[in-house]
Amino acid sequence: MTKIYFTEDHEWIRVEGETATIGITDYAQEQLGDLVFVDLPDVGAAFAKGDTAVVVESVKAASDVYAPADGEVTAVNDKLSAEPGLVNTAATGDGWLWKMKLSDAGQLDGLMNEAGYKEMIG
Amino acid sequence: MTATETLSRLPLHDLHENAGARFGGFAGWSMPITYPLGVMKEHLHVREKAGLFDISHMKLFAVSGADALRLIGRACPFDPAEMETSQSRLTFFLNEEAGILDDLIVTRLDENRFMIVANAGNAAGDEAHLKALAKGLDVTIEPLDRVFLALQGPEAEAALNRAGIATDGLFFMHGREPKDGWFLSRSGYTGEDGFEIALPEQDARPLAEALVADPAVEWIGLAARDSLRLEAGLCLHGQDISADTTPVAAALLWAIPKPVRETGAFVGAEALRAAIAAGAAQKRVGLKPEGRQPVRGGVALVDEAGNPAGTVTSGGFGPSTGHPVAMGYVDKGLASAGTRLFAEIRGNRVPVAIHPLPFTPHRYFRG
Repeated sequence: MTKIYFTEDHEWIRVEGETATIGITDYAQEQLGDLVFVDLPDVGAAFAKGDTAVVVESVKAASDVYAPADGEVTAVNDKLSAEPGLVNTAATGDGWLWKMKLSDAGQLDGLMNEAGYKEMIG
Repeated sequence: MTATETLSRLPLHDLHENAGARFGGFAGWSMPITYPLGVMKEHLHVREKAGLFDISHMKLFAVSGADALRLIGRACPFDPAEMETSQSRLTFFLNEEAGILDDLIVTRLDENRFMIVANAGNAAGDEAHLKALAKGLDVTIEPLDRVFLALQGPEAEAALNRAGIATDGLFFMHGREPKDGWFLSRSGYTGEDGFEIALPEQDARPLAEALVADPAVEWIGLAARDSLRLEAGLCLHGQDISADTTPVAAALLWAIPKPVRETGAFVGAEALRAAIAAGAAQKRVGLKPEGRQPVRGGVALVDEAGNPAGTVTSGGFGPSTGHPVAMGYVDKGLASAGTRLFAEIRGNRVPVAIHPLPFTPHRYFRG
């Protein structure tokens, strides 16, 4: 079963079993503008909830993307090295950032669902 | 940044809102940062066609009177008597330590009349500085209430002509007053040919509307203005130059005529002469990062051995160059083109090479 969560920091998390795929929302990519570089972690890196996992860089500024829960990076979206603009054109699809194996999926319980997130961004 | 309500609004704010601008605070003003085109396309549009910028946050001062030459010659490191009518020049207000209080464009309008264009963030300080220097002189300093537009790019002249504004005979770094209350100069801050037009709001609205109705012209925001000026190697006051920077370290001595450097009696003259004699410990340079990762202002630079080598003052991605671009200050011995240094970003060392400025060639119209 697939479940999608959203954070207040504008990340989306798609969870299938113990694996989560994480990206930034369409709203977030629009706020950031044209991305020119995505600083991805190494596969195998371990993050605690709230750690900076990825830095996305627009023409103008760098922004942190946080790990939504504890876990280990199992894959990163290598396509973004050559084509960071994928995050702008397909934030919730081909523009995903990284996948991680969650050590405590229960940490996601406090996050928003899609309706809640839409309400937050107005 | 302060809340939006406390920021000043541009007189044409509604036009930007209607154009779909995203706003942000800059120097106390709510400024259009980007339009729906996005910073990348806005930037490239200026290089290919023409972009319209609302720079009404910047301040214009008209200086006139029998002692106008004395005041300008005291406030700025050049001799205004040597300027021809309609000629503009880049200059500075320096403090007694030869630190750069502001960088400005001064245009001679007439025998005893000058126009000064100052940066938004320094406008109040500049006015106070000028007024203090004007004490006892027969001179009037008039801050002007104008909309200020910049039209920049290879099609700027044609677009301005189509909008009914004659630009004939105006070369780069020249300005004139085509109508009452107007000031038109051929200058800008993108490295492209272009114009800056100060004019009353009631004239500015129809002109701005006519210009953006032209297929060659798009509104361009502050984000692209920053990437354009950075590629063009132009300094932003408060970031690349400040009251703690002398023109010597900033590699801006070219803006100070040699005889004036040697004998001028402007504010900061002695400190400037001392700085020239001593040489600056660090120098402003262009920096080209290897790879695609931008290197931002504030990032520290180290040499091969890991010793401190300097600091980045401005950095981002150059949409026209297709790679990251930056500028900053490095130790004098490391300032020659090609020298390899490292930027310390989030625990990594990104290689950067000293690169000649500008990153994109200037295309000013010099006649």
